Formats: sequence, C-alpha cells, structure tokens
Amino acid sequence: MSTHNLLGRLLCVGALALGMANAGAQQSPGLGVEVTATDLAPWDISIQPDGAGLPPGSGKAAAGAAIYAVKCVACHGAEGAGQPNDRLVGGQGTLTDFVQVRTIGSYWPYASTVFDYIRRAMPFQAPQSLTNDEVYALTAYLLERNGIIKARDEMNARTLARVRMPNRDGFILAYPQRTDR
Amino acid sequence: MTNKSDIEAAEVVAGNGLLHRRLFLATGATLLGGGLSLLTARPAGAAPLEVPPWMKAPGTHMSAYGQPSKYEADVQRVVGGTPNVVGSGVSFTPHHRLHGTITPNSLHFERHHSGVPDIDPKRHQLLIHGAVKRSLTFTVDALLRYPTVTRIQFLECAGNSGSNLAPQPPQAPCGVIHGLMSCSEWTGVPLAILMDEAGVDRSAGWVLAEGADAAAMSRSVPLAKLMDDAIIALYQNGERLRPENGYPLRLFLPGYEGNMSVKWLRRLKVVTAPTMTRDETSHYTDVLLNGKALMLTYPMEVKSIITSPSTGLALRQPGTYEITGLAWSGGGKIARVEVSADGGRSWGDAALAEPVLAKSFTRFRMAWRWSGEPAVLMSRAIDETGAVQPTRASFIAERGERMNYHNNAIQAWSVATGGEVSNVYA
Repeated sequence: MSTHNLLGRLLCVGALALGMANAGAQQSPGLGVEVTATDLAPWDISIQPDGAGLPPGSGKAAAGAAIYAVKCVACHGAEGAGQPNDRLVGGQGTLTDFVQVRTIGSYWPYASTVFDYIRRAMPFQAPQSLTNDEVYALTAYLLERNGIIKARDEMNARTLARVRMPNRDGFILAYPQRTDR
Repeated sequence: MTNKSDIEAAEVVAGNGLLHRRLFLATGATLLGGGLSLLTARPAGAAPLEVPPWMKAPGTHMSAYGQPSKYEADVQRVVGGTPNVVGSGVSFTPHHRLHGTITPNSLHFERHHSGVPDIDPKRHQLLIHGAVKRSLTFTVDALLRYPTVTRIQFLECAGNSGSNLAPQPPQAPCGVIHGLMSCSEWTGVPLAILMDEAGVDRSAGWVLAEGADAAAMSRSVPLAKLMDDAIIALYQNGERLRPENGYPLRLFLPGYEGNMSVKWLRRLKVVTAPTMTRDETSHYTDVLLNGKALMLTYPMEVKSIITSPSTGLALRQPGTYEITGLAWSGGGKIARVEVSADGGRSWGDAALAEPVLAKSFTRFRMAWRWSGEPAVLMSRAIDETGAVQPTRASFIAERGERMNYHNNAIQAWSVATGGEVSNVYA
C-alpha cells in the first residue's frame, strides 16, 4: 500500500466521523441558494398571533364596508351574514348548541388570523390583490360588525395586535399533550 | 373425507358465522380447499364453454400511458364541491371498489381550498427562512438531486368519516363515507437534511408551511415532527406527484391529519409559536360538548373500516364470504383487527396481510359463513401502542355528534335477510 493511499483512507475515516456527528450536513449536496430578507419579503406574508409580520398601513370599518360591498358580499352575504359561503358575523353563544355558528366573532381566537387570511386568500377570485390598507379596512369592518371594536377604531400593526377576540380562551391545545384531563 | 359439521364446528371463532383466520393462511390451504367448498352451495348448470372472439384475432397495440379496462370505467372518485366556489371541495376514493393497500394515483382523494394550481416546475421554488442561519431557496431540479427515502404511508383528511356523525346514518357507499383517505408509496427528501443545511435553530419549536395555491394554504407544524420523519414528497407510487396531490412537491407528515401535509409547498418559516392560521383555528379544530374546542389535534388515531361487504354491495345468497377492509393508525403499526358479525357481542381475530407497516394501510380479511339471517358487521383495530378504536357510543360521549373532525369510531354495516347492506349506528 502506498503512503498516498493510506493518507486517503485516513482522510475518509475522518470525514465519516464528522459526517456521523452531523448526518444532515453530510448527506446534503448543498444546493440551497442564499436569499436576502429583502428578496424574500414578497413571499413572507404570514402574521403571528402577537402581530409579528403585520405590515405598515391602516384602515377603518367605514372604508372596509365600501370594499366589502364590492368584493365580498356576493359570497359572504350582507354584513357578513353568510350564504352562499361562510358566515363571518354573529353566532356568539352557539358553541354548545348542536348546530354551532362559528364565525370570526364567535369562534376565531386571534385577530391576526383575519388579516393573514384575507391578505393571502381573498377575494376568492383574486387573492393577494388587495393593498395592505384595504386588508386593514376589511379587518376593521369585520371586527366592528362582530362588536369587537368600535367604528372609530383604526386598525394598524399596533392596534390589531392588541385586539382580544371573544373566544380567545375557548381552545384546548392537544399538542404536545392535552392538559384538561 | 372430513365431515362437514366437524369443519364448521372447528372453524367458527365468533357469533353469527365468523370463521377462523387460518382459512386465509398458507398453512390452512388444504382446509381452505376442502373446507370452503363444503360450506358453500355449488352453483348449478354451467353452460358449455366457448372460445371467445378475443382469442380469434390479435388484440390492440401497446400504449404510452395505460388506462383501466373500459369495463371498470365506473370506478371513479366521487367529486363533491362547495356551492359557487370553483375548485374548493373534496373527491372521495372509492374504497368499496378497490382492494389491496395502495391507492391508484388517479383515485387518491382530493381536498382543495382554492383549486389545483397549474405550476410550472421551472418557476417553482421552496423557501426556508425565519429562525435559520441562512435563508435558502431550492429549485425543483436541485431537490431532485437530494438523498431520498421511500415509505408506504396513508394520508387521511381530518374530516374523513365526518358524515357518520349526522343524525341519520348516510346510506352512501363506503368510499363516500370514508373516502377521504388513501395510501401511497411516497418518495422524497427528508426535511431534516434541508433544515440542517439552512442551519435551523432547533429551539424555535414551530414551522409555518405554506402552499403555492390560490389560497396559499398554510399550517403550523411542530419542528420536532419536521426533523423526525417529514419529507418533501416528489414521487407518489413511483411517478412524479399528480397536480391534484401537490405537483411538483408537497410536504408529507406521516400519520398526521392530511391538511397539514401542505401541497404545492413553497415556503417553510421557522418560528417560535404556532402561526394560528385560518386552517388551524376556524377549521380543523374540534368543538367539545362544553363549547371548548381542541386545537392542534395532529395524529389520526387508530381506525379500521370494512370495505366489503358495505353499503351498496348486496350479498346474493347465503354462503361463505370474505369480510375485508383496511386498518391504520397515526400511532404506528396495526397490532390486531377484530371482526364481529353480531353487532359487537362477540369478536374474532382477522388475518392481517403482510407487510404490516407503520402509519400505513393494513388489509385485513375474515371468512364468514352467512346463514341468510340479519347480521351487523363491525371491525375494531388495535395499534402497537395499545390504542383501541372506540365504539361510536364512547366517541360521541366525549365529542358529540356535531360534524367534527377525527371521527375514528367503529363502523357498523347491517346485512338484511335479503342480503342488502346498509349503514347503521350500532
């Protein structure tokens, strides 16, 4: 055996030992391309319950009502009454009924979800077409119709994060383990 | 020759004609040959055999992509939808027309929230960012070069079997009541490799997974699950994913409720708490009788369904039949499946088809001699953790009957004197 081959074998053993310490890195061909925070921003649309991720902008219920009448009413009915699709307003006190009315006001635990979902998925035929001001305004309108905020209240990154939903304490976390029994 | 009554007495294992599973094992082949023929009335009056026309001329040519026989053209997904919303809805796997454990790709169930996107794989990317050392994007071509694993595992929608919580039992085929589940061989890249490449902060705890459909459907996933057995699935039953199942790539989380295996995956953001998206708050949560709701209910619990006989599959005459179905558990392997023909008063062990795999469909079989009298057929699965499939009564005692998710209660099929099979609550 030549010295060269022996050295090669020793290097291989060393590489294997390193690989075992970090199996993932060892197996990866390393083809991920680094991307800057600025460049990935157009995709970074999720909002955390504490408001992290809420963008600049603002809106009030009156502006939201005007947008709703044009872009939302056909699916969600007048003032969020529902039909043909999901009802968005009312239903408080129905969660113990056989038929519950689960709406933003009666069921949703976090206001951040309203903004997040409207921005990512609505209007159904043209998702991600609304401006941030329009999303804030629609969020304000739906919260106002559910009696959670006042018509004068402006929704923005600071105020929306502070909205406490009526059913905030209505959930039991099943992961990692249920704690209620 | 063995006496007929001796065989019948020796092989009955539970009430109303359930026979020992040995009838399906190789060691019982001799008995199977002699025994079953003794138990079944032989059809009379066969006509003289004729040579069919397809033996008298060559058949058709090869085909580039095969299709089922035209005589099986009615084996289809049953497609449901939401009124006035194109692309939102479900389609059901017709389990009452299928056998084995692998669901054909064309019949895998569907649940879309805003239609099936037409994704050009050259323009699709996967982004991993958030609590990582370096934010990375991966092209589809790049991911196809990564190490892969292959596993046979089920996917079940949390809403599967939900219609069985309606006030009256739906008289629909098995595949419509229980068709939001399927099982495939999935091949893809272990997420742990990609997460390590990005330098994930393992203390972060959670990952937001987001699809590239028009709903940008998104769910929070425990980081521990992603680092354990999650994959970026690229192939389903050997071929690239179908568009309706996430082409060009999807998240696949073995044993978890189907909605979390986000299709058309485009983004994974490592975060410190669940994002509480619409589909983990207003939907995919389970309201209890006291009005409180369970959330983050991830594993699909131990369950089994008799696929035949089932609604719409009438028995023509008394005699010996194979009761067969599927059992599975998000908790691991199926340990045992018991079958009852007398509405749960007595149970016998079914034969399990090998291989029995974790978080996968297991096919079970049981021989049954139907006397022609009314019978109620049930199956009950037990997994390797000892979890037992609940009765309907015990399920609704805690959860109610209010169209919730995660219904894994025992299914009962009633066989009437005339052989008609119907769905019953028992």
